[in-house]
Amino acid sequence: MWLKLTLASLVALGATLGNAQAQISDDVVKIGVLNDQASLYADLTGQGSVIAARLAAEDFGGKVLGKPIEIVFADHQNKPDVGSTVANRWIDVEKVDAIADVPTSSVALAVQEITKNKNRMLLISGAASSALTSDKCSPTGIHWTYDTWALANGTGKATVLAGGDSWFFLTADYAFGHALEKDTTDVVKANGGKVLGVVRHPLNSSDFSSFLLQAQASKAKIIGLANAGTDTTNSIKQAAEFGIVKGGQNLAGLLVFLNDVHALGLDVAQGLMLTEAFYWDLTDETRAWTKRFTQRHKQHPNMIHAGVYGAVTHYLKAIQAAGTDEAKAVAAKMKELPVDDFFTKGGRVREDGRTIRDMYLFQVKKPAESKGPWDYYKLVRTIPAAEAFRPIEQGNCPFAKKS
Amino acid sequence: MKILAILAVLVLALAAPFVVYPVFLMKALCFALFACAFNLLVGYVGLLSFGHACFFGGASYVTAHAVKVWGWPTEIGILAGAGAAMVMGTVFGALAIRRQGIYFAMVTLALAQMVYFFALQAPFTGGEDGIQSVPRRPLLGFISIADNVTLYFFVLAICIAGFLLIYRTIYSPFGQVLKAIRENEPRAISLGYDVDRYKLLAFILSATLAGLAGGTKAIVFGLASLTDVQWQMSGEVVLMSLIGGIGTVAGPVVGAFVIVTMQNYLAETGEWVLVIQGVIFVIMVLLFRRGVVGEILAWWSRHGARATGPAKPSAAPAE
Repeated sequence: MWLKLTLASLVALGATLGNAQAQISDDVVKIGVLNDQASLYADLTGQGSVIAARLAAEDFGGKVLGKPIEIVFADHQNKPDVGSTVANRWIDVEKVDAIADVPTSSVALAVQEITKNKNRMLLISGAASSALTSDKCSPTGIHWTYDTWALANGTGKATVLAGGDSWFFLTADYAFGHALEKDTTDVVKANGGKVLGVVRHPLNSSDFSSFLLQAQASKAKIIGLANAGTDTTNSIKQAAEFGIVKGGQNLAGLLVFLNDVHALGLDVAQGLMLTEAFYWDLTDETRAWTKRFTQRHKQHPNMIHAGVYGAVTHYLKAIQAAGTDEAKAVAAKMKELPVDDFFTKGGRVREDGRTIRDMYLFQVKKPAESKGPWDYYKLVRTIPAAEAFRPIEQGNCPFAKKS
Repeated sequence: MKILAILAVLVLALAAPFVVYPVFLMKALCFALFACAFNLLVGYVGLLSFGHACFFGGASYVTAHAVKVWGWPTEIGILAGAGAAMVMGTVFGALAIRRQGIYFAMVTLALAQMVYFFALQAPFTGGEDGIQSVPRRPLLGFISIADNVTLYFFVLAICIAGFLLIYRTIYSPFGQVLKAIRENEPRAISLGYDVDRYKLLAFILSATLAGLAGGTKAIVFGLASLTDVQWQMSGEVVLMSLIGGIGTVAGPVVGAFVIVTMQNYLAETGEWVLVIQGVIFVIMVLLFRRGVVGEILAWWSRHGARATGPAKPSAAPAE
């Protein structure tokens, strides 16, 4: 009996503690950058994202509504269980108000569920799965930078229209790979192409030979790489060793970042088409920001890093405007305020959490065209915001449909 | 003396969730039960299984699926997980106990890898994503476990029940036979014991308890993922038992708390966790071969022996 009573009183105690909320909870706005610090996505996200978040906090003056902004970070090792443990601990014990970046879609989906239930903001920059704003959407989750639909729509469409109408997919076997493969398949078929087959490889593979041989045997014109990070660079390198490109088949890297191109070198990467939300050498503003970023980090920023900066800045602006850091109020403000930062002009956050902005289709330069290190892309086409992302009604996000 | 120690631990366990983060404690408890189940086999029968992750992880998948997709109540879901581990343990055990030593370890590893690849490819496990957002349904239909502290007491109850079962097994006539097999198998056979049957029973018991721990973990985190069926997990449980002390009752619990604490509080150092774990492992093997608890017990018995004068030498360390 007393056990039940104690338990009941404990629950009640927990509830009152949870409800006691000032304007800014715990007198600090704490943002946790949760990403891969050591494994295959460490270059794409890692410390670069932490630095971007710190820059955003500093540019905001280090304080919002008179309370200090604090940035913490942790490594989720690309494992959903590690990621959700950290997220739970951050929210329950360390009073984190928002979690940012979260690459690896399986981890992002797990953390999205936690932040939804515990009413905290999730500012996704690193993860790609378009499921984050469709059936798995969250009222407090913002998918800031890009998604698989946008990549498929940019790179996939351009490739099919250029004559690459038969595809074979090499897919990373988890949420992100599946989403990218599905979205690209839809785009290929909608534009009159066909998909000859799929082979799936585990995350963080080192040997792609059997997968590449299957792709080669399929005789597809295009081998679509629905993977990311070192999985992509390794498959491109090994494809070169198998002479796949020399044999007449072309590779389509569906998610290739500036850092990947840097790792591959222009000799291997030249001619690759890719879709990104940001390139450091686009405008004076992006160049100025990149200069500040590279003073602290040895690599040039990619769109994930820029996205973390943008998302954190917009989050802080929304807190300022809403006068509170309560997640639902902040999310509403984030969706109300226009998005304007150094690389996004005239963007906005949609009801389902998708941030809408222009996307860019780039082609990797030939070695002769490049003027120096990190001068890798030439702009092929600007994809206007209206057609760059999946229309909201196709996403089937439950709460966005009602409105 | 012993009763006092047990009472102290119990009071500590009841007070802990108000001081330490309950989810962390629950994780440590689940691993403690897992390590104890493993230790039952390696410490008391002398069978080093290198595939215990398949029971732990396999059960977590079954529990997660039963609770999330089939909508089963929490306690039935956990039991279903343990039951699945028991079935797997029966099949795998029957195959594996025919061999000893390194061959036994290899057979269990191979079977566990089969489970791993099954979990990677089977549609219901969700591949790299795992089974996510498993709900915490109320216990027996009315005790809400949405709150971490409440759930902690439920997990504590499960683990204590598991520990008691293991303790009872070790000090039963059945346990005596197991120890006899560990010390000298041919002699146990010549005394007329059906050694294979004892080994199989111990294997099934160990697998079932590992499954109980895995199913509970799935409820605690609301998640079943590949991490739990990977061979690294099998290695981790060996490490926990080694650090705590193989063949001691409390050793694996201590080992599990040490490892989980390290993983939790050193997470910020990234890959260094593994390096530190490795160094500790080497130091343990070189200097404290009986493990933390094993060394304390040995020290205790040495001093006890000195106090009562030159008596018989202390018990031989467990291999």
